[in-house]
Amino acid sequence: MKMLNIHKDTFKHGVHPPEYKEETNHLPIRQFDFAPVLIIPMAQHIGSPSEIVVREGQEVERGQLLAKSTGYVSVPIHAPAAGIIRKIANVPTISGKMSPGIFLEVFPFSGQEVAEGMPLDIETASADEILKGIQDAGIVGLGGAAFPTHVKLKVPDDKNCEVLLINGIECEPYLTTDHRVMLEQTEDVIHGIKYLMKATGAPKAIIGIEANKMDAAEHLERHIPEDLPIEVKVVPVKYPQGAEKMLITSIMGVEVPSGGLPIDVGAVVVNVATAAEIGRLLPHGWGIQERVVTITGPGVKNKGNYLIPMGTPLRYVLDQVGVSDNISEVYMGGPMMGMAVSNLDISIVKGTSGILVFNDEDVVSRNEEHPCIKCGACVEACPLSLNPSRMGLMAKFKAYDRMAEEQNLLDCFECGSCSFVCPSHIPLVQYFRLSKSIVRKRKSAKQHA
Amino acid sequence: MLNKTLHISTSPHIVKGNSTQVIMKNVVYALIPAALFSVFTFGLSALLVLGTAVASCLITEYALCKVSGRKVTTSDYSAVITGLLLGMTLPPAFPLWMVACGGFIAIGLGKFVFGGLGYNVFNPALVGRAVLQAAFPVAITTWTDALSADRFTSIPSSVLALPFMEPVYDITSGATPLSAFKFDHHITPSFDLAFGMIGGSLGETSSFLILAGGVYLMVRKMANWKITASILTSVIVLSGALHLFNAELYPSPLFMLFSGGLMLGACFMATDMVGSPLTTKGIIVYGAFIGILVVVIRIWGGLPEGVMYAILLGNALSPQLDQWLKPRVYGTSKKKKS
Repeated sequence: MKMLNIHKDTFKHGVHPPEYKEETNHLPIRQFDFAPVLIIPMAQHIGSPSEIVVREGQEVERGQLLAKSTGYVSVPIHAPAAGIIRKIANVPTISGKMSPGIFLEVFPFSGQEVAEGMPLDIETASADEILKGIQDAGIVGLGGAAFPTHVKLKVPDDKNCEVLLINGIECEPYLTTDHRVMLEQTEDVIHGIKYLMKATGAPKAIIGIEANKMDAAEHLERHIPEDLPIEVKVVPVKYPQGAEKMLITSIMGVEVPSGGLPIDVGAVVVNVATAAEIGRLLPHGWGIQERVVTITGPGVKNKGNYLIPMGTPLRYVLDQVGVSDNISEVYMGGPMMGMAVSNLDISIVKGTSGILVFNDEDVVSRNEEHPCIKCGACVEACPLSLNPSRMGLMAKFKAYDRMAEEQNLLDCFECGSCSFVCPSHIPLVQYFRLSKSIVRKRKSAKQHA
Repeated sequence: MLNKTLHISTSPHIVKGNSTQVIMKNVVYALIPAALFSVFTFGLSALLVLGTAVASCLITEYALCKVSGRKVTTSDYSAVITGLLLGMTLPPAFPLWMVACGGFIAIGLGKFVFGGLGYNVFNPALVGRAVLQAAFPVAITTWTDALSADRFTSIPSSVLALPFMEPVYDITSGATPLSAFKFDHHITPSFDLAFGMIGGSLGETSSFLILAGGVYLMVRKMANWKITASILTSVIVLSGALHLFNAELYPSPLFMLFSGGLMLGACFMATDMVGSPLTTKGIIVYGAFIGILVVVIRIWGGLPEGVMYAILLGNALSPQLDQWLKPRVYGTSKKKKS
């Protein structure tokens, strides 16, 4: 057996939040029941929303196309279950905005067989055909970003992909979906990597895994065939190790230029669950219908990793797993970057990696914000060596343009490490989110003027 | 069916433990042993000076918040720290009305005019102390002997002098180890210095307890050990080099370390987060700058002690240090101009 490749190098700074993964990381993935009605929003990914191609009253098979992509940065949506289209109307989404959506009433006694599509043979398919296949399968980044994967995989003509990085870091506390996927969908992961290598032209692939998932690393190492140029590298546990830029620095020892993309240093990064989904769907020509979600947090009774059909309403999910009486906040995603849910009528979508339920006593007490005492904790935490303390002050004085010009505001990817460590409870990352959107709006206003 | 109103908040949804208030509270705890020791060494007068300093800082903070219509911030402990630190830089028999003036100036001029906690440039306690030194040069250099027999039964009359009256000293004016070195070239044994069997300001006496308090804060990551280490290292290196060059003329590094207010300054004042740089490089340079100035002022300056001015100058420099030594942002090749 090959020795595990344990990597000591890592990016600068970062934080060590408590992990809380032990409650779910040993629990096998369980299939979730179909809700009576699935609510499927068309805006599930970054880019233009999908366009509905079915009509009210129509019966659909499981896996049938419900909505087509509307451009290059867009993906189609497939029926997560066999059923009948009850209604087409606006539905709520996590951002608070309404999106066109489909109410799909699931046939209760259907066998829920998936409609067979056009298989894509890895031996004969060209790179472009694989990219097209990935788009047609409706695949987006399952780590949470929900960016259409085929766009990310398209290597510009003047660049080369030297290495495909598979992101099995899962640095967000509480979440264990990628961990379980690596253990239970190993063949899909490996098969997906083969598709991805062909699509990008990468001569080798490296699977990056944090040192808190040694079982997954060993398991993958055992199952990767000797003749495949796929390596497993174990990196130190540190948040935000799973951020693309940080992972590239930890494994490749180079930095992605400010404002640039991983391909600028010859890398393409794909989340491990996304790779598994590609490996599972493409050989059958299927579209994505379900995903693994960690449902956990102090307010959940039956914590675990569940394979949940897209469009399952959050209310139904929480009813099934059971929650305590004094729940206070529900988050989609991890505790560091996840968003609070204001409406339980939103549904599980492609980008939902976790559902966290906190009780009253678990919610960070929103004590009043104290003045910045220049303790420097945020400066020591920021993985990009930005100066959150100074930027926070500038945001208060509304010096947004100066934040962008002098302090590299637009490089911030909102990992939240600064807010996590701030003893004065200043919502730094929230200031930066707002500042970034203001700067971007001003820039685009200038361009249009 | 789940039917409950959900709250929403922005991420991150978990935070690290320390709050500003907890940090401030711990600074107070860390100062208490040294403060108690000064009461043991100098008796009732020390208790009165410390108490007046803290009370005057708190009252000033409360009054200024009220007058300016701001939220009252006396509960954040920062005024207590300023008061304790100010008190510890003063001689044991310092007139209380002068102490109160110092507290008023420390909070008013040192902190409030800059916009309150977090916005001040200089360490407020040292601003108060600097004004007192300029205003009352005699009182601030009149020292009581340590461990006098009647220290718990009587109070020096100077302590209770009426406002704006020249205090009358009925005590023997003992020299501090630093003034003994400066003016008489007498070197106090290091052991006495470290354990506080000497004359001096309240917080100058027990270097050992002050260092212990400082180490407590550093271990709990509530004070940056790099600042203290940088100051002490530069003091040791510079004074050590001078001592090796001429042991007659220049005192040993041990004497330099444990005399005067160096420990108090290095552990509690220079480490005041507000006045020190944010970046690691800035912190190292800031510490070295202070350490070198301390030695230079003590040996070649006109004053026996230089810690106060060294730290104030370090405070003034630190915003610039953050600009000059700005760390390279990830993914950028050269430092951006600002």
